[in-house]
Amino acid sequence: MAQAKPGLARGFGKTSRRDAWWVQSAATAVVLTLFIVYATWAAFQNANYWHDNYLSPFYSPEIFGQSPHRWFGPKPGWWPAVLPFSPALIILPFPALFRFTCYYYRGAYYKAMWADPPACAVGEPRNAYTGEHGWPLIVQNVHRYFLYAALFFLLFLWHDAWKAFWFPIQQMSNYNPRGQNPFPDVPVKFGVGLGSLVLLLNTSLLTFYTLSCHSLRHLVGGRRDDLSKSPRSLLCYTCVSGLNKNHMRFAWFSLFGVMLADLYVRLVASGVIKDIRFF
Amino acid sequence: MAKVNFKIWRGEKGDGGYKEYTTEVTEGMVVLDAVHQIQAETAPDLAVRWNCKAGKCGSCSAEINGKPRLMCMTRCSDLPLHEGVTIEPMQAFPHLRDLVTDVSFNYRAKKQIKPFKPRKPDAPDGTWRMSQVDVEKAQEFRKCIECYLCQNVCHVLREHAKHDEFIGPRLFVYSAALEMHPLDTEDRLKDLKDRDGIGYCNITKCCTTVCPEHITITDNAIIPLKERVVDAFYDPLAKLFRGLGKKKS
Repeated sequence: MAQAKPGLARGFGKTSRRDAWWVQSAATAVVLTLFIVYATWAAFQNANYWHDNYLSPFYSPEIFGQSPHRWFGPKPGWWPAVLPFSPALIILPFPALFRFTCYYYRGAYYKAMWADPPACAVGEPRNAYTGEHGWPLIVQNVHRYFLYAALFFLLFLWHDAWKAFWFPIQQMSNYNPRGQNPFPDVPVKFGVGLGSLVLLLNTSLLTFYTLSCHSLRHLVGGRRDDLSKSPRSLLCYTCVSGLNKNHMRFAWFSLFGVMLADLYVRLVASGVIKDIRFF
Repeated sequence: MAKVNFKIWRGEKGDGGYKEYTTEVTEGMVVLDAVHQIQAETAPDLAVRWNCKAGKCGSCSAEINGKPRLMCMTRCSDLPLHEGVTIEPMQAFPHLRDLVTDVSFNYRAKKQIKPFKPRKPDAPDGTWRMSQVDVEKAQEFRKCIECYLCQNVCHVLREHAKHDEFIGPRLFVYSAALEMHPLDTEDRLKDLKDRDGIGYCNITKCCTTVCPEHITITDNAIIPLKERVVDAFYDPLAKLFRGLGKKKS
């Protein structure tokens, strides 16, 4: 279509907007970069990720590993020798890709990290554009598969949150794990520590974030035009739609939550701080 | 009451520049009132499209201080008047004159979308029965006043001029209203994917931000349509279940 646009200033960052349009994108870029750097660093540590009944969410579920929280054995033999082993590296790609393909984050990082556009009604740095219409971004359409993985992971995170309220009577750090998850055999008693609340809050935020997903909204009822014929779908659709209105908030709160939960467990496990036990 | 400086983009078919006017802004005035006052006082040849002055006809779309807005719904008192006010025409459409652009692209694109095709009537008298909850999903989209501010702010049209491959947010809202209608039987998903370019939308939500009717364009229209396109073309499991369902039936 032939365009006869007004001869207004065009080009990267050109706009007639007078507000600080770059602040939101800059803040998003800084926070996302910090998160990626911290999560990568934490994932490669393979140490200080658990303390007694607390397990960092970056390492949950611990499929293989050295802690008593592991579900199977230690480092598997098939692990490539060139890659340093960490239980987090086995599982983190799934929640990471769930966030990467999330409809909210997509819009946020296209603006903040790729300036496509840098902000609404602001000039872009590139002329070429394929969006999610062609490779490579067409793969964003698999978001629902990472949703399935995220829903599965939530079961483990709730298991961890529950365990965080049951403190072992003997020090778990003295426990020598042998192949199987030892928790059923360890004598425990109920208690509440700051770590229990941190892990509970983190799991709750991740649950809200996952259950407010746009793909889930579609799958539970959005795909139907005759919701009235299925009261169960209608109920699920209504609930997910209600949560979906706050998807952006849940996305950010859960991002901070998971980072802070890992940091808390890490600081306690490394002895920098002592867990506060309320009872 | 204060004298305010207005910088209005003037010209024809893209050629032109800003011209400055000073006029008195009184309490309760909207930007369209100020433009009319400027027309009456100093620039009788200033071209501006307007009609209802009530935010319902969608005619007076423009860019005020760089933000796509309806001139009739932008109160002067909400703007930093001491800095002056810049008014420009919409930038995603071919320019005609001063603040007027040619929005006929939207009408042409709308004509391509398959029209409403209802199922057979439910009753012998030729009428249908619908449940309120089924109608509600698409009801929000009926609020659209076709001001095309969403089309104007969408970077796919505004920056990349993909008018031949992308129909834009307004027409996704229109498609969603038809697709989600409980009586409609037409399938528009292939068109949405191939001809209408829904994949070009990268969900930056600028359309939702500027909508004067507060339609949740991205979350309630575009993303649900994208998900339906995923069901039909990108999800192997959904395809498998559909295949099994067909065999069973």
